[in-house]
Amino acid sequence: MERMPRWADALLVPLISLIIASAISGLVILAIGEDPVAAMKLMVTGALGSSYGWGYTLYYATNFMFTGLAVAVAFHAGLFNIGGEGQATLGGLGVALVCLYLPWPHWSLALGAAVIAAAGFGALWAAVPAWLQARRGSHIVITTIMFNFIAASLLNYLLVNVLRPQGSMDPASARFPDATTLPGLHEVLGLVGIPFSKSTPANISLLIALACCVLVWALIWRTRLGFALRAFGKSEKAARYAGISPVRITLYAMVISGGLAGMMAVNTVMGEANRLLMNSVEGAGFIGIAVALMGRSHPAGVCLAAILFGFLYQGGAELALWTKIPRELITVIQALVILFTGALDNMVRRPVEMMFMAARRGAK
Amino acid sequence: MDLATLLQILDSTVRLGTPLLLACLAGLFSERAGIFDIGLEGKMLSAAFLSGAVAWITGDVWLGLLAGVFASLLMSAIHGVASITFRGNQLISGVAINFLASGLTVLLGQKWFGLGGRTPAIEGAARFEPITLPFAETLRDVPLLGPVYYELISGHTVLVYVAFALVPLSWWMLYRTRFGLRLRAVGENPAAVDTAGVSVIGIRFAAVAICGVLCGLAGVYLATSLAAGFGKEMTAGRGYIALAALIFAKWRPWYALGATMLFGLLEAVANRFQNIDIGLFVIPVQFMQALPYILTVVILAGFVGKAIPPRAGGEPYVKER
Repeated sequence: MERMPRWADALLVPLISLIIASAISGLVILAIGEDPVAAMKLMVTGALGSSYGWGYTLYYATNFMFTGLAVAVAFHAGLFNIGGEGQATLGGLGVALVCLYLPWPHWSLALGAAVIAAAGFGALWAAVPAWLQARRGSHIVITTIMFNFIAASLLNYLLVNVLRPQGSMDPASARFPDATTLPGLHEVLGLVGIPFSKSTPANISLLIALACCVLVWALIWRTRLGFALRAFGKSEKAARYAGISPVRITLYAMVISGGLAGMMAVNTVMGEANRLLMNSVEGAGFIGIAVALMGRSHPAGVCLAAILFGFLYQGGAELALWTKIPRELITVIQALVILFTGALDNMVRRPVEMMFMAARRGAK
Repeated sequence: MDLATLLQILDSTVRLGTPLLLACLAGLFSERAGIFDIGLEGKMLSAAFLSGAVAWITGDVWLGLLAGVFASLLMSAIHGVASITFRGNQLISGVAINFLASGLTVLLGQKWFGLGGRTPAIEGAARFEPITLPFAETLRDVPLLGPVYYELISGHTVLVYVAFALVPLSWWMLYRTRFGLRLRAVGENPAAVDTAGVSVIGIRFAAVAICGVLCGLAGVYLATSLAAGFGKEMTAGRGYIALAALIFAKWRPWYALGATMLFGLLEAVANRFQNIDIGLFVIPVQFMQALPYILTVVILAGFVGKAIPPRAGGEPYVKER
């Protein structure tokens, strides 16, 4: 029996969780002696009040769309991919190799190759834990966490010993050639006549992220593989009985998930930094968890949640700039969102369900 | 390598292995009761912060210890409520705890001390001092045994000895008491324990609380023994290494001692020798740092012995009606 209508499940429950999370965040701001209302105002004007603010908001949102989709795809198959951080790190390596070691006549060709390399490296990094879980029974959560650390060490080694240009002290790769510079969002929007700030890192990757949202939606709800993924996620036993191979589905789900996480690097490495840095992922892999939970693993939800987190990120940066509230406030908000939409889901859901059931009984 | 160098490395093995040991035992109690805990890192971090802060403010390390354990217990309570009472996903709850601790420690630290998340350096009575065991000075000149006793066994802080004493104690508690039997049973087959009329929820909360206390001690050790005060993100992945060690130890107390000391040794060696030249090629320091994680993956894959987690781990218990 449906206990409550779908809109309540998809919108009302996450909204209530979000309200609780922001209320507690407000209390935290009060506790550190600042004014939550003023802070909120500052965040809104800083992140959404100008095209400069929007530029950064959308730049961050692009990252979170990729990682959020990555977590969401895995969630549909009942897998918890906590390794987005490592997969995006490796994706960055793929982008750097493509941009540094191949000559590119035009950015569009470089972009195509970089997307493939980023997705490929990310997918590969996710495929190993997937294979280990499917074939050897090792817990995917633990292995992907371990792979995050291994990826960090690997990149550290490569940047310090291999990719670092001669004479440079920075553990970073050389600057990419100019031909690989991606057009900024202001150029894209300029084509349709919308004026946009030139000094933000938002770039054409946003369109790729949006396309990925659509593709993931089509994959999950409009293809055979998507059906198999969801069936596997709902009940492994039933899926097995229906002839769906658990090994293959686990691998497919994680490869797609890792590929999406890896593609995030196109935005940060190629679109913003133009070289590979030690920590170009900056926790976006983990924020993907909050984004996927908040968006109920639906691409449309993920897209909205990614913009929300992009707003929080940029707003948080503005807060840190103008007030005494450190950037880490975002980490707290992120934690609360994960806690209430993920772990304490039942706490929010049960009263709402009861309310609907009572209303239904009243109607009869 | 001479004896002095060897002893120094082993000495730092013990010092670096102790927080891992405490956190690993913490995870052991929780996971043996069927509650996965990837929030060890966050619990340690919050304990390290509050113990460092309170120790600096009061100048009394014991008050710091109490505060640290309290902070960790608070995090455990969140985990318990989310995963036991509301049957939420234990892994997601653990992730949330890690982020909560990582954010709150800096937020509060900045508010209280304004040092970018650090606490001021603590000294004197606000820290745990190394203890010189009896006769350590007099026996120092006895060949071999003297230096071993003086350098390696004596001269640690009280928490190190507590951590080592907790190994047999945990073993005894888990395998020789009624509570331990029930705790292990709750992790394997909660329905059977429930049928016997024992509260699954009660035992699981007790296990999560023990986990909180032990993680608290690990965090307190970091801020008041290993370092002089709290530093931003000072746990630096130790919670995850403890988790790795727990798998290595196959969820057993004595094995936990071995696994954590092995990881402590790896860290000590990586700290002391940056790149290790073994003749044929050079092992880069990054490889040494990644080794615990690589080993865990190998162990988990069952290539070197099988690690079987408690059967009911990760699943909320729902009473049948």
